[in-house]
Amino acid sequence: MSSVEFDIPDYRELAPAVAARFERIRQRQVILSVRGLEKKFGASGASQTAFADVSLDIHRREFICVIGPSGCGKSTLIRIIAGLDDATGGEVLLDGHSVTGPGPDRGMVFQGYTLFPWRTVRKNVMFGLEMQGKDPGTADAEARQWLDMVGLAKFENAYPHELSGGMKQRVAIARALANEPRILLMDEPFGALDAQTRCQMQSYLLQIWKKVDVTILFITHDLEEAAYLADRIVVMGSNPGRVVEFIDNPVPRPRTSAQFLGAEFLALKRRLEELIHPPFEAEEERLPMVKLTAAGDDVE
Amino acid sequence: MAAALPPSQESAPPIAEVRTLSAGGKSPSPHRPTRRASGRDWLGLKTDLPPKRRAVLAFLSFLLPLALWCVVSYTPWIWHPYVRITAPGDVDYFMEEMDVPRADYEREWAKMQMEGSTVPEGYRANPPYLPAPHAVARAFYTAFTTEPRLPNEPWLHESLGHSIRTILSAFLISSLIGVPLGVLCGTYRFFSRLQEPFIEFFRYLPAPAFGALCVAVLGIDDGPKIAIIVIGTFFQQVLVIGNTVRKVDPALIEAAQTLGARGWKLLRKVVIPASISDIYTDMRILLGWAWTYLIVAEVVGTMSGITFFINQQARYRNFENVYAAIIIIGIIGFASDMLLAFIGRIIFPWKRRTRSASGSRWWPRMLPPRVPSAPLSAA
Repeated sequence: MSSVEFDIPDYRELAPAVAARFERIRQRQVILSVRGLEKKFGASGASQTAFADVSLDIHRREFICVIGPSGCGKSTLIRIIAGLDDATGGEVLLDGHSVTGPGPDRGMVFQGYTLFPWRTVRKNVMFGLEMQGKDPGTADAEARQWLDMVGLAKFENAYPHELSGGMKQRVAIARALANEPRILLMDEPFGALDAQTRCQMQSYLLQIWKKVDVTILFITHDLEEAAYLADRIVVMGSNPGRVVEFIDNPVPRPRTSAQFLGAEFLALKRRLEELIHPPFEAEEERLPMVKLTAAGDDVE
Repeated sequence: MAAALPPSQESAPPIAEVRTLSAGGKSPSPHRPTRRASGRDWLGLKTDLPPKRRAVLAFLSFLLPLALWCVVSYTPWIWHPYVRITAPGDVDYFMEEMDVPRADYEREWAKMQMEGSTVPEGYRANPPYLPAPHAVARAFYTAFTTEPRLPNEPWLHESLGHSIRTILSAFLISSLIGVPLGVLCGTYRFFSRLQEPFIEFFRYLPAPAFGALCVAVLGIDDGPKIAIIVIGTFFQQVLVIGNTVRKVDPALIEAAQTLGARGWKLLRKVVIPASISDIYTDMRILLGWAWTYLIVAEVVGTMSGITFFINQQARYRNFENVYAAIIIIGIIGFASDMLLAFIGRIIFPWKRRTRSASGSRWWPRMLPPRVPSAPLSAA
């Protein structure tokens, strides 16, 4: 495992410019603060712990990825932050105020396509603005601007079922951003897309994040996605769910796909691999199968 | 081929031999080109048929019963259990235009021949309650133009109008309460737990059982008839619509909540629009049920509407009019449902790609699917 053809630096070694950027981020105001969060499922007698003791500070304009194996409770975590689920312990503070339920200050993009099928693309983006009580003219104009930003101005009058998966998620992002939330919560938003579209969407997301004053908390199980997008990566483990490590992403910005083969990227990815997919014991993973093949064509 | 195997495999069971052979040698059957999904394949399991074939089959589905009816009506040696007398001969109780069972006719005929009297004449006929298709077809016109026998009897179109009025007012009354209650039950657990157990019980009480009660309370005119249809429709309506509303994707509601919707706005802007097209479909089905209750309801109190017409015509033994009236009910119901389906596709454009209430559409497309002006590109 340890020998690789060329030298990979330690993932904790940050280039001076990158280190300086992290220093600047840390001095910014804390937008969202998660303190000792705990979630148990089931009745108090036979309850199962989804995760325990999760603490996390997110600074203004930071891009945080939460990554972890399935079952570590990362989706539950983001749902609690959004206010859609209740925690059984600890608290979530947004700008210092405790979060009690869902609200427009925390925009959310879900993995499934949650566009309203009865509304056209523009009306979908207008939804949050209408809920705020903005007058239709203003809401309409703002919605058009947001659609322009995600490059879907042409499709403002289309219905969601007429769009591809990537386009639907772009509309969902525009719809969440139109409310000008303090933080944008994204729960594996590109998980249902094909690989090519996903890469494109990641690049779009970085462009949008650059232009819009928003902080992003992004859940994923894709190591490369986390390494490509995030400033900081929160690695969670399972059984019980917990935070294993905070990683400052050493890959300098602006990010390009060319960096996928850079030393920092590989170092980070290797560390993430170790954390998420620990080397399994060969014996345990072997299925108790008898040999059914006729040899001569053995596979390895 | 066996020589190519490693030595340890020479005693392999025959199945291994076969596998090795078929993998290395020629495949036993020549490669066939993949079959196109067209041509002879009327009985494909997975794919729907092309529109032209669907239309042909829809036509046939009406034509086949009609053909069966024609065969029974116009082929003298199939069924025809009676003989229509054209000349009574010397049989004293035979009369012209009289229908007698075939056995009686044959017995009398044999008797007359033995006695040397004039034999009766006649042709084989179906019983009067099975008129031939052409007679019923003619009745479609004549039933509307024939003046009622008694001055206080309604014309056919008046009977129909009366029935349609009854059913629409009953359905309107039922829906005014049933739809909002169903939406509340589907949205809030509170209303669901409070209302549905009783409604679930009440819907097992057959609506016609309330006939006598309705007459006692509401008199003998239209009141009890409307009440029975309301009783028959309302309770189903609440439960069906409650279920439909419960099926709204919870992810849509959550998405709306994260966008700032709550309370009444959540209900009005998300739950109702998300379920309105399915509620519309439910209403179409419920309107069909209301027609079933209509016939029962019209017998209560003074018989009225189309049921009165049918009963009266049956009493006069104008069975072709009876058939015509029944078929007219079918046509009205079917046509109104198709009209409602068509309207539904106009007012719910986002549903235009989905299936209709009765499964896959069989009628030709009347509206093009909505396509945005610019071509769609991937992502």
